[in-house]
Amino acid sequence: YALENIIHLKQIRHINIMLLISFVLMQDGVVLGADTRATSSEVVADKMCAKIHYIAPNIYCCGAGTAADTKKTTELLSSNLTIFSMNSGRNPRVVMAVNILQDMLYRYRGQIGANLLLGGVDCTGNHLYEVDPYGSVDKVPYIAMGSGDLAALGILEDGFKPDLELEKAKELVRAAIHAGIMSDLGSGNNIDICVITRRGVDYIRPYQDSEYKDNRYKKMKYKYRPGTTPVLTEKVVPLKLEVVQETVQQMDTA
Amino acid sequence: MEKHCTDSQVKGVSTGTTILAAIFDGGVVIGSDSRASIGGEYVSSKTINKVIQVHDQIFCCMAGSLADAQFVTKAAKSHLAFHSVQMENPPLVIAAASVLKELCYKNKEELQAGFLTAGWDRKKGPQVYVVSLGGMLVSQPVTIGGSGSTYIYGYVDAKYKPNMSREECLQFATNALALAMGRDNVSGGVAHLVVIQETGVEHVVVPGDKLPKFHDE
Repeated sequence: YALENIIHLKQIRHINIMLLISFVLMQDGVVLGADTRATSSEVVADKMCAKIHYIAPNIYCCGAGTAADTKKTTELLSSNLTIFSMNSGRNPRVVMAVNILQDMLYRYRGQIGANLLLGGVDCTGNHLYEVDPYGSVDKVPYIAMGSGDLAALGILEDGFKPDLELEKAKELVRAAIHAGIMSDLGSGNNIDICVITRRGVDYIRPYQDSEYKDNRYKKMKYKYRPGTTPVLTEKVVPLKLEVVQETVQQMDTA
Repeated sequence: MEKHCTDSQVKGVSTGTTILAAIFDGGVVIGSDSRASIGGEYVSSKTINKVIQVHDQIFCCMAGSLADAQFVTKAAKSHLAFHSVQMENPPLVIAAASVLKELCYKNKEELQAGFLTAGWDRKKGPQVYVVSLGGMLVSQPVTIGGSGSTYIYGYVDAKYKPNMSREECLQFATNALALAMGRDNVSGGVAHLVVIQETGVEHVVVPGDKLPKFHDE
């Protein structure tokens, strides 16, 4: 019995973003929020991971699920959208990003574990879309996704009103993520906020530091002064090199 | 921490729905609820749109896996637009239904989606078609679908009359949806109704609290 308890079968532990992300559509833009914890089963793999990904100057995407999948999918989407933008001479629209994403995820029949929330401001207005790993899309005024979403949704459902002002919207998103962090083991650490308006993007990372931050890092220094390690001996051996052969080939630059 | 319950047969978000379509004198009413669920226990959206416009006067309602249904309707929409350009004429409702049927039948192993198609065209006037899960295509004057439909077969069979007026048919559809939403846990939200006539298309949305109430509520 004792041996059984000690031996753990090592499985492939991919890094999961069991996280918490939420969005709110406000008066003249969109507010996105996310926590910064990435977990690998029960261990926190990354305490400051960036879950709000850049798609276009006016479109950002939050990803929950498998870390590698969300990162790669959003990178692919971003490059596709940039190419489209250059080819058509138009700024990308959120609805186009959503359609590309839907096609991509549907093709893989849910094997890509990416729960994505796309938000942005384009010429047609402010938009917020939710895309599931199987490829279904929903247009929403506010949403929370991830392992801590139920707690966050409670705060959002209570506090959301159409046409919120910027500060109220940021506070609502922060409170929602905070609720998720407190109630869910898969979410934690700091809170990132990204505000997208017609005027531009304000990516605040971190918006709020974790209350349980490890302050030892401030005092510990990883950089060592030159001279910390004593030099015992020094030996210099010059390498004598002779020119054996020299050929010159003219480049045809005419 | 997987929310996804494996009891449900549908992968991912399911529309677990109530959809209906009925022909009245001079037009057709097509409607649905607005709830999307995961695993039959979590409502992932209270306001999902299940009535999709595939052409100017042709609408379709989706049931089954939301991802599959959205994909099929997008494909059908683009197919129909192309067909319309080729024919230089608006497509017939049966054409729209056939496009959906082809997609559902040819891919029946992978897809888990069923549709109701309703619309008006110049050749045959108002029509309703059902494309079921395996790809069967049938024309009916009144039809219901989705998980909530089982609770209203009796009501529909008893209360539907051919050649109703527009108001009577709207009331019939609203009542039917309300009854189904009241009994089925995966149907709910608001009632989306679309009235299609020769003159045009009208959307009617009945919020949850304005739905007709029946006895024990």
